[in-house]
Amino acid sequence: MLLIDCPFCGPRDESEFSCGGEAHIMRPLAENSITDAEFADYLFMRDNPKGLFLERWRHSTGCRRWFNVARDTVSHEIIEIYAMGKSPRTAAAKAAFTSSWRRDSAAEKAAIKPVTPAKTRRGQS
Amino acid sequence: MAQNQPDRGQRGLPGGSPRYSGFAIAKQAMRYHQDWQRAWRAPDPKPAYDAVIIGGGGHGLATAYYLAAVHGMTNIAVVEKGWIGGGNTGRNTTIIRSNYLWDESAAIYEHSMKLWEGLSQDLNFNVMFSQRGVLTIAHSEHELREMSRRVHAIRLNGIDSDILGPAEIKKFVPIINIDQTIRYPVMGGFLQKRGGTARHDAVAWGYARAADDLGVDIIQNCEVTGLRRRGRKIVGIETSRGFIKTGKVGCVVAGHSSVIAAMAGIRLPIASRPLQALVSEPIKPVLDTVIMSNAVHMYISQSDKGEMVLGAGVDKYNSYAQRGSFTVPEHMLSAAVELFPVLSRLRMLRHWGGIVDTCPDASPIISKTDIEGLYFDCGWGTGGFKATPGSGHVFADLIANDRPNAIAAPYTLDRFGTGLLIDEHGAAGVAH
Repeated sequence: MLLIDCPFCGPRDESEFSCGGEAHIMRPLAENSITDAEFADYLFMRDNPKGLFLERWRHSTGCRRWFNVARDTVSHEIIEIYAMGKSPRTAAAKAAFTSSWRRDSAAEKAAIKPVTPAKTRRGQS
Repeated sequence: MAQNQPDRGQRGLPGGSPRYSGFAIAKQAMRYHQDWQRAWRAPDPKPAYDAVIIGGGGHGLATAYYLAAVHGMTNIAVVEKGWIGGGNTGRNTTIIRSNYLWDESAAIYEHSMKLWEGLSQDLNFNVMFSQRGVLTIAHSEHELREMSRRVHAIRLNGIDSDILGPAEIKKFVPIINIDQTIRYPVMGGFLQKRGGTARHDAVAWGYARAADDLGVDIIQNCEVTGLRRRGRKIVGIETSRGFIKTGKVGCVVAGHSSVIAAMAGIRLPIASRPLQALVSEPIKPVLDTVIMSNAVHMYISQSDKGEMVLGAGVDKYNSYAQRGSFTVPEHMLSAAVELFPVLSRLRMLRHWGGIVDTCPDASPIISKTDIEGLYFDCGWGTGGFKATPGSGHVFADLIANDRPNAIAAPYTLDRFGTGLLIDEHGAAGVAH
């Protein structure tokens, strides 16, 4: 059993939460300029490390808000809990963030920097 | 759909190992059972093999066996980091059925079912395959309608499947509670009479012994630490017992598939999650079939020893710890007690978890990769045991011929790019 420290409600039993899987997956904005296989990286391929894993949880029977958790998939120890849209702060979780294959994937690069003309980019901001 | 009989290859220990039989037991009894030979060797790894299978579970051992028995590849090895059959092979609830919705699934699971029928003779090892029937029950009008759609699809594929009403279910399973006022009442169900159970350890041991008889090296306590490549081609594996040279590597490691894939820089759509099961204290026979319920997430059978074997759902988070959270079996047990009030005073003896490799479409991946000589058979998720012979059979064919056969072809890794998914969430039994 996990005891999860909800950043809004405090420590609660795992049964109050739902797990949203891998965190920090960005939808490729330039989806027309990447291949089907690269889009599959975003849609289906998942980081599944044996060790520290960055994942999303939701306090579904409490405040119903989402947050990120850095948790070890072998010991189940929770290293860090941080807000949606933020990067982890602890060294171990930072390393897990940068070492994920997703940081090098075309899907994520297309999410960070659309290769379409500036007109589209203005529309997105 | 035409279902041909699978090619079983050389059957029944052609390598000349002593056979198990009633006569052998009588003969050994005269000698106080002191002359039983070991069932398989414990060889040191050779420097090179024609092919190496990573993972000594049921699927890996079956792959090695069919490579030797059907394709004549005997200079091969199975490397296992622990002991054979010590992972999910020894942790599942032993249910066997082939009642899936789509044609692609019917082909592979029925292929497997045909191999189960006759497996004990093929291997000269009693795998205790018992076709006691698998009954899946529905708890709502909607579920019943979806079920009848599935039953018709299954029957169109030439696989047995029958719809039962609550009264027929009560007759078939006298201990079930069909009271319509309970929270999840039994509204109907469907039965595959050819489904059933097998002794899971015996499957691993039987395949290991028969593969060993054909010359396959089964190397236990040997963990793979890396894959050695030259360009885009596999040249060998690094292990805790040294480097092994080989041009073909078949990876059949279930929950650890992503770990091996990462060694080769391959991405998989797999999430490794704990799946839990329990057994009770043994009681006299009360249940001579297998009951499954997708809605309340429970499956139950009674082992030959008399223990009630109960399977729970999958935990919601990724884990490699071979244990899950208590809420999951608690949820399942509350449903089990409502459906089978006779269980309410039973003590649970053992409770465990296995790490299953869940796939987004609840169907497996049997595939070549973009690295020459590296093959994956994974993603069987919560329902791999039933497929053990079929999975090994088609994966051996893929490794031997370097191309998938008609049964394996839909299960490529490419399908996640093309979108040709085989969505079996309805038939998978355990929600992913």
